[in-house]
Amino acid sequence: MKYNWNWGILFEEPYFGWLVSGIEWTLIVSAIAWIIAFSLGSLVGVARTVNSMPVRAVATAYVELFRNIPLLVQMFIWFYVVPELVPDGLGRWMKRDMPFPEATSAILCLGTYTASRVAEQVRAGIESIPRGQTAAGLAMGLTLAQVYRYLLVPVGYRIIVPPLTSEFLTIFKNSSLALTIGVGEVLMQARQIENYTFQGFEAFTAATLIYVVVTLIVVFAMDRIEKRARIPGYGVQRGQ
Amino acid sequence: MIEIQHVNKWFGPFQVLKDCTSRVEKGEVVVICGPSGSGKSTLIKCVNGLEPFQEGIITVNGISVGDKATNLPKLRSHIGMVFQNFELFPHKTAAENIALAQLKVLGRSEDEARARGKLLLDRVGLGEMGHKYPSELSGGQQQRVAIARALAMDPIAMLFDEPTSALDPEMINEVLDVMQELARDGMTMMVVTHEMGFARRVADRVIFMDEGEIVEDATKDEFFGTPRSERAQQFLSKILHH
Ligand SMILES: Nc1ncnc2c1ncn2[C@@H]1O[C@H](COP(=O)(O)OP(=O)(O)OP(=O)(O)O)[C@@H](O)[C@H]1O
Ligand SMILES: [Mg+2]
Repeated sequence: MKYNWNWGILFEEPYFGWLVSGIEWTLIVSAIAWIIAFSLGSLVGVARTVNSMPVRAVATAYVELFRNIPLLVQMFIWFYVVPELVPDGLGRWMKRDMPFPEATSAILCLGTYTASRVAEQVRAGIESIPRGQTAAGLAMGLTLAQVYRYLLVPVGYRIIVPPLTSEFLTIFKNSSLALTIGVGEVLMQARQIENYTFQGFEAFTAATLIYVVVTLIVVFAMDRIEKRARIPGYGVQRGQ
Repeated sequence: MIEIQHVNKWFGPFQVLKDCTSRVEKGEVVVICGPSGSGKSTLIKCVNGLEPFQEGIITVNGISVGDKATNLPKLRSHIGMVFQNFELFPHKTAAENIALAQLKVLGRSEDEARARGKLLLDRVGLGEMGHKYPSELSGGQQQRVAIARALAMDPIAMLFDEPTSALDPEMINEVLDVMQELARDGMTMMVVTHEMGFARRVADRVIFMDEGEIVEDATKDEFFGTPRSERAQQFLSKILHH
């Protein structure tokens, strides 16, 4: 069988436009989902370290629930099941009037799922800070809330910049699952180009390259952030 | 100034403090010594409420530490504490470490906090080190910054928990000297330490603890002259002869 290579097709309309729109959707979904994952994950992660039993229990339940259900299943649940579960009025709104129902479901799904993973990183970061540090903060008259604000959170986050980077990259890669509920992200567009042109190699190569390039940009940016956030010599200090 | 009355404390079934009673007058320096695990750290952490206790009363300047109605952060802000591992905050410079609680607890202005910090860094002999991060300082320097950080709150008393036992031998004296000077200036101090030379030079009284009990609570001369208990004598001979 002979395959007709045609790289030029990627730059022809409407296919080029499709790819661009795919990139846009992938970035939009990933970025908004990340904002949810980061804020909700921080909240849940901190909640897992506090003294109050009920607060910790709720946070732990959240993490176990979201971390242990396969992401693809969660995607379907958000899109097909949640609108049926919520009160009638809201359900009807979600099905009929909610803007971009597919993308919104995908964002909520990726955001809440990744939040459970971010929460674990945040908890690990905070728990890696020696208890004596908290004692010192309290001893100088800070309240526990102030100890979190000025010590545990800022130090904890600096420790977990590298794993947070990989969580962000995971959200970005996982956003390709959104195609299963019909979000026009990169992979979906590549498939569509293949359907229309039979140039599958070119289309999927383009998709792969897009993922690689964005990943490299993120890694580079986070590396800069990590260097800036790094605590001089941290780790050495505790050795003595 | 600090009054400890019949304090009992348990960690689960294990009793760490057994009917501990003592008092520290204003301007007094009390050294607490005793074998590892005897409850020394626990006792001084009870004084500023870092450790809760189940029975007994501790008051600082008449304020009851164990009372639920007591504003603990406020009380603690008047009592300085220095730890074995310094516990400077790693993401802040020496000057920022000293400024933090002044700003957030006492509500001082940036300028005020900086000026006070500078003064205290000078006092502990680290006037030029304000911009350094903890990891860029030696252990002895870190501990002196930690002392300055505590002093910046203008405490009415200072608690020290083995402030020199994490230090290399050549750095111990620079820290002890700062503490000795504090004592001379009339600071009320409770010091957990095994530095018996320091105790002889600086302490007014010595408390000896063993297995959660205050076995001996005597003036320095009594303690080093003729300790009444056998356990204290054994402890002293062990510590002085190694
Ligand atoms: N959080 C805790 N939970 C359970 N047991 C504890 C806890 N903290 C301390 N202990 C126990 O209480 C006892 C007294 O501890 P503490 O730290 O007060 O002793 P210490 O006299 O300061 O000893 P060291 O010289 O080793 O510092 C020890 O047996 C210790 O194992
Ligand atoms: Mg101790």
